Amino acid sequence: MNLEILKTPRGIYNSLLILLCIFMPWIAPAIGQDFFTDVFGRIMIVAIAAISLNLIMGFGGMISFGHAVFVGIGGYAVGIFASHGIESAYIQWPVGLLMSGLFALIIGAISLRTRGVYFIMITLAFAQMIYFLSVSIEKYGSDDGLTIDARSDFGIPFYDLNDALTMYFTVFVLMVACLLITRKMVNSRFGRVIRAAKSNDERMHTIGYPTYGYKLTAFVIAGMMCGLSGLLSANFEDFVSPDMMFWTFSGELIFIVVLGGMGTIMGPLGGAIIFLLLSEVLSNITNSWHLIFGPFLILVVLFARGGVEGFLAKFEKSPEAKS
Amino acid sequence: MNYTLLAEQFFNGFQLGIILFLVAAGLTLIFGIMDLVNLAHGTLYMFGAFFASTLVAVTDSLVLGMILALPVMLAAGLLLEFSILRTLYERNHLDQVLATFGLILFFNELFLIVWGPEGTGINLPPYLTGTITLPGGITVPEYRMVIIASGLLVALLLYVLVSKTRVGMLIRAGASNREMVGALGINIKLLFTLVFGLGAVLAGFAGMIITPITQADSGMGESILILAFVVIVIGGIGSIKGAFIAAILTGLIDTMGRSFIDVALLQIMDTVAAETAGPAISSMMIYILMAIILAIKPSGLFPPKGA
Repeated sequence: MNLEILKTPRGIYNSLLILLCIFMPWIAPAIGQDFFTDVFGRIMIVAIAAISLNLIMGFGGMISFGHAVFVGIGGYAVGIFASHGIESAYIQWPVGLLMSGLFALIIGAISLRTRGVYFIMITLAFAQMIYFLSVSIEKYGSDDGLTIDARSDFGIPFYDLNDALTMYFTVFVLMVACLLITRKMVNSRFGRVIRAAKSNDERMHTIGYPTYGYKLTAFVIAGMMCGLSGLLSANFEDFVSPDMMFWTFSGELIFIVVLGGMGTIMGPLGGAIIFLLLSEVLSNITNSWHLIFGPFLILVVLFARGGVEGFLAKFEKSPEAKS
Repeated sequence: MNYTLLAEQFFNGFQLGIILFLVAAGLTLIFGIMDLVNLAHGTLYMFGAFFASTLVAVTDSLVLGMILALPVMLAAGLLLEFSILRTLYERNHLDQVLATFGLILFFNELFLIVWGPEGTGINLPPYLTGTITLPGGITVPEYRMVIIASGLLVALLLYVLVSKTRVGMLIRAGASNREMVGALGINIKLLFTLVFGLGAVLAGFAGMIITPITQADSGMGESILILAFVVIVIGGIGSIKGAFIAAILTGLIDTMGRSFIDVALLQIMDTVAAETAGPAISSMMIYILMAIILAIKPSGLFPPKGA
């Protein structure tokens, strides 16, 4: 492992983010704000969704405006099984992941036939379709959502998601796993094809890469990763509702990725921490926090391109300068 | 299922189609010509509803209030274009999506504060509250016919503007090849502002004429925005003709679906199953239609030539 990276501003910032996540269950009580542990649990769950969006949007250039739908599908997999009394994680989780993947396959297969503006609008439209579907099914709670009586049961002694710390570190470990998977994928041959397709799809076709298949694969992997976020969210909140796939959440996910630094591995985590802490603080000040958040979002887009990671990267010496 | 109910639902669906067209026409032109993803187009629809409600209340006249609201809409649209959206033309789609998303959050919250969670509305004057009986015993509320007639009139004016005038020629040329229009010495900036103003007035008009039926509330813009997206994706981005056909199609299928899917399902399954599946299927109908059309024609039914 190369420890040099830790000396750069980005390295320090990224290490801080991870340390903050690890030690929050102890930091929060120490500063007398116990609820911050919960806030960080939620942050990491949202971060997983943002990491998966970053995978297709940041590295693959696929701007999905309906990504939250996979959070909903993962969440409802837990909720629906639990409402029928099936609590085993070995049924809930594989089905949740498979369903997210299957929906991603169908949505991706149709949406990826188009590009640009069409892609943005179609992913949004499909997400709304699933949203309205979940609203219309009275058996599973319609608008009101489903309260989950028991969390997923792994059947392992001393491993119980009802324990707050166990839940927290389950989320943490899975989030780190998603970060590692993303890094591995992005640097693999597969990831190179995806990134090349983002910068010039036609050239990739010309040199003989059928990018459609590669992009669709990335879309399905991202869908499943996002489904994981939903599985965790349902367990963490003991509740699922159509709101978790409403289009504004998809918009927030895009913002989180851009805020943190699109196309960087750790960007989504930083974005999630900043966004959710900010909304926590603002909503404590005023109920109408969107009044501040809306213009803030516009300012970030207009003046802070590259997000936090991009800003910190400016302080780094370029590789040429080093040698 | 009887014949008159079918006909009444047909009028409801047609009316929804007209509203969708008014919103989608501006949206598709703005996409087609400026290459701008404007999520805040639904916000302009909301502007129309609230401005007209207030002006109708102030002037105590439906017609006068709505006519006064039109120049206000134009001013609001131009102000928005001039202050924020203009800087977004050169940006990529992602920046446009986020910045206009920020606009939505801001204005929804602002309108919520100013007009409260219940929103506001327009009461119809007595001469518009009656119903019209058509041959065959079909009754249609008068005001619905007013919406359909005025919407069709606007559609006709738009058609004349786009296909018979010099400005319209530039708009069509801009939709199929923006750079070339600029290269030929046309003031592209002015054309953009003009098109945006036109789109704002159309969306605002749709918002104001629907308000006597639906009320005006914060957030009303987004449900229509997403339907308008479906419409322009089906119709082909940049095509007014496509937007019209797709809007009417979407309006009819959505409304008729909601009314008759349960009835149709009852023929093939039992009551409980039909009552569960009915709402689920009918809420998905237009998206399924969109998926089918895209699977066959990825650029929509009427993609502008050269795009």
